Amino acid sequence: MAARGPERVSVLLPTYNERDNLPLVVWLLARTFSDSGIDFEIIIIDDGSPDGTQEVAQQLEKIYGSDKIVSCVFMPRKLFLFPSGTAYIHGMKYATGNFIVIMDADLSHHVRLDFMYCGKQKEGNFDIVSGTRYKGNGGVYGWDLKRKLISRGANFLTQVLLRPGASDLTGSFRLYRKEVLQKLMEKCVSKGYVFQMEMIVRARQLGYTIGEVPISFVDRVYGESKLGGNEIVSFLKGLLTLFATT
Amino acid sequence: PVPVCPLPLFLSFSFSFFPPLPGSLLPSRPLSHPFSPQAAMTKLGQWLCGLALLGSAWAALALAPPGLQPPAPLRQALLPLPVYLLVAFGCYSLATVGYRLATFNDCEEAAAELQEHIRAARADLRRRGLRL
Repeated sequence: MAARGPERVSVLLPTYNERDNLPLVVWLLARTFSDSGIDFEIIIIDDGSPDGTQEVAQQLEKIYGSDKIVSCVFMPRKLFLFPSGTAYIHGMKYATGNFIVIMDADLSHHVRLDFMYCGKQKEGNFDIVSGTRYKGNGGVYGWDLKRKLISRGANFLTQVLLRPGASDLTGSFRLYRKEVLQKLMEKCVSKGYVFQMEMIVRARQLGYTIGEVPISFVDRVYGESKLGGNEIVSFLKGLLTLFATT
Repeated sequence: PVPVCPLPLFLSFSFSFFPPLPGSLLPSRPLSHPFSPQAAMTKLGQWLCGLALLGSAWAALALAPPGLQPPAPLRQALLPLPVYLLVAFGCYSLATVGYRLATFNDCEEAAAELQEHIRAARADLRRRGLRL
């Protein structure tokens, strides 16, 4: 195996109105990484949150040091691009690590499992390690039957149509090699759920290896009805577009 | 004259294109399977090819002129075959989704652990000077 430089993991955290959750996520990440002895940095990409998320990010930068926390602002919402890859592209400019973790900043991704990514990646030398809610002891908390049914049904449809070789396509808790992510960003054009799906599909096309790790998705905001008819329609449109173009 | 039995040839090609197998059975590595140009063809293209092959095989056999028809029992089974396959796929889908729904894990302990972590995080951050 060729000698590699020191390994560093950069975590990209796009945030919008995450003033309460952001410090908790950062604290959990910092603790998990330092417990496993992994060098890390966290890049907070704020979308112009009106609730003071940026001030919290700056305070965190002071507490943890600016080699560990980078806070920047990028406002794709103004261009109606959120959520999409543009925030990640912007954040990657600041990333100095050779691995990049993408996750949600609202504590739905249970950080305790983060270190397993590095373990899994080492185990199979994967280009991408994807968190899956559907295999092993992965799962969700806080979903009712209807939500679970929609999730499983959509995933089944995706498996039949796209045959992606990964069990969870719409999940957004993943580890990428930096070069792999840069390559994929150039090629992916969709938004939202479909963007995450497109990344995996394109990765398969380009021949990258994908490993999977079971994750727990703790949904604390479900009460606010995140999954409306609109989301389902746009998911289907995106799925059919991927079906027809990849 | 039409070749006696184009069926095996059709089937061997169609298996390489046959789409609805579960992803776990078909390793979809690009460029590894000699008969399936997955790197070049879209999924839609693959489905259309597969359907065209199967459809023409079925039509050739089921709607053949009287001189070339396969034996009667085979024809009787063949004619409604597309419908049978659709229904079978529908049942498979329902069963699979139902099974996966029933075995969808509920992460109680992850949620509880998260609550603990949140408490610890808040206390520690306050100590370090974070003003919430």
